[in-house]
Amino acid sequence: MTLPLFFFYLFSAIAIVSAVMVISARNPVHAVLFLILAFFNASGLFMLAGAEFLALLLIVVYVGAVAVLFLFVVMMLDVDFTSMRSGFLQYAPVGVVVGLVLLLELLLLAGSFVISPEAASGSALPIDGTVDNMTAIGLVLYTRYIFLFQGAGAVLLVAMIGAIVLTLRHKSNVKRQNPIDQVARRASETLQVVKVKSGQGL
Amino acid sequence: MDFILSALDYLLGIPVLGWGVQVGLIYKALLLLVGLLIFTAFILLADRKIWAAVQLRRGPNVVGPFGLLQSFADLLKFALKEAVIPGGADKVLFLLAPLITATLALAGWAVIPVDAGLAIGNVNLGILYLLAISSLGVYGVIIGGWASNSKYPFLGSLRSAAQMVSYEVSIGLVIITVLLCVGSLNLQDIVVAQQEMGLAHTLGVPWLSFLNWFWLPLFPMFVVFYISALAETNRPPFDLVEGESELVAGFMTEYSATPYLLFMLGEYISILLMCAMTTILFLGGWASPIDLPPFTWIPGLVWFFIKVSMVFFMFAMAKAIVPRYRYDQLMRIGWKLFLPLSLAMVIIVAFVLQLTGWGWHGGMA
Repeated sequence: MTLPLFFFYLFSAIAIVSAVMVISARNPVHAVLFLILAFFNASGLFMLAGAEFLALLLIVVYVGAVAVLFLFVVMMLDVDFTSMRSGFLQYAPVGVVVGLVLLLELLLLAGSFVISPEAASGSALPIDGTVDNMTAIGLVLYTRYIFLFQGAGAVLLVAMIGAIVLTLRHKSNVKRQNPIDQVARRASETLQVVKVKSGQGL
Repeated sequence: MDFILSALDYLLGIPVLGWGVQVGLIYKALLLLVGLLIFTAFILLADRKIWAAVQLRRGPNVVGPFGLLQSFADLLKFALKEAVIPGGADKVLFLLAPLITATLALAGWAVIPVDAGLAIGNVNLGILYLLAISSLGVYGVIIGGWASNSKYPFLGSLRSAAQMVSYEVSIGLVIITVLLCVGSLNLQDIVVAQQEMGLAHTLGVPWLSFLNWFWLPLFPMFVVFYISALAETNRPPFDLVEGESELVAGFMTEYSATPYLLFMLGEYISILLMCAMTTILFLGGWASPIDLPPFTWIPGLVWFFIKVSMVFFMFAMAKAIVPRYRYDQLMRIGWKLFLPLSLAMVIIVAFVLQLTGWGWHGGMA
């Protein structure tokens, strides 16, 4: 047994256990935290496979940003888990049937699955051992797959604009502040120093 | 058996005694840890002293000469007090949160090169690793705030989640502009690139090496990074996470004794990590500012920590001088000012590098 193998089993075991805990944890916040642990171990597995760029990207994007917002939302939800569990037996048969169908399909697929000879020989994109991970990804991503890459970017942009359009509301009765106006204001325009004589007033 | 032996050698080897082939990782890590903790203790004192000096106070001046041992007295006090856990708190997460904060802050230092070749791990994707570690720092705060089962900590943790995610974006983009100039994600390469190219070389005065560093050509990014680093580490004027006038002590309200100490320690070490990142990205890392004999006699390690202390001085002055921001203004700066500015700079820098052929390109010119 070598050191990488040991870590492979360690990361895999923790990933599987935490994945099970995601769906079995009673508290939704605990479930999200277990999900994060699963992400973390998946990134460890990427690291072992030599894909260190993907591993770190997984942490930056999924653990550092997506899961934080996930946790953010779940913490603010007031989920009553006892009422959700009350219907468990009622829904269980349907769930089991769906699961069995999926399993059957997967088994059928696995039986007839063949790796195409082109992919198996690695002729499509031979792995170059001399350049590091990130250079290798950059070299194919911005040349060979540039249109797919740009297309993915466009899809994300549309999704982002869509989300903003759906949630942006201009309320007419809300007083908005304009920082530029506030900074540009001078004392001479707004202040008036008045000498009030005592006993007379203004 | 073989793998256990190699692992032991990797961790505990002492080549001088003929045991193993390399110096064990544990010794290096312990050396860094102890050095860093002592440095942090004095940085904490410096923070309080600078703050006091700005307000014409004396600051801590009782324990030891000039109050130099104040941090150690505080450490002793925190360690000896009773850790109170609130009744409705989630016990495991409540104690896990400060551990996460402190561990992550320390983990970031593993890749920081404090001198040429002096880093625990000289990894190729060093800067991405640092970005990943600093983006995880938010978990300690969120988990701590939620597990306390109390209103103020919870509000504090929600604020921090939004704040840290927002400013991470601009930090990431600033790092990308530096990476475009360097052409490598290795932290050592980033420092070496700042020695081997730049304005001083163009002007024909290579000994003025402080002109070479990236703070000059990327000055707007330097400013954006400095402010984003303040926000990312919840330093004043962006310390809304623990704004004491609104939230008592924010996410730390329910913490006491050692867990509180760990939060405090993690916070200051991640501030130092940000200072070290600023030093490496913009201030030439371990390089001496003037490449002439009296300055080059000082070892790079000392220069590195002098620079980190200088950057921290700027952090401390910001805390003392600038009033706290309002939350919506904080979000406005992050999303409406820094994000477009840094995004535009990425594009401008990329164009300039492409058109003029500048950049380090891994030393291949």
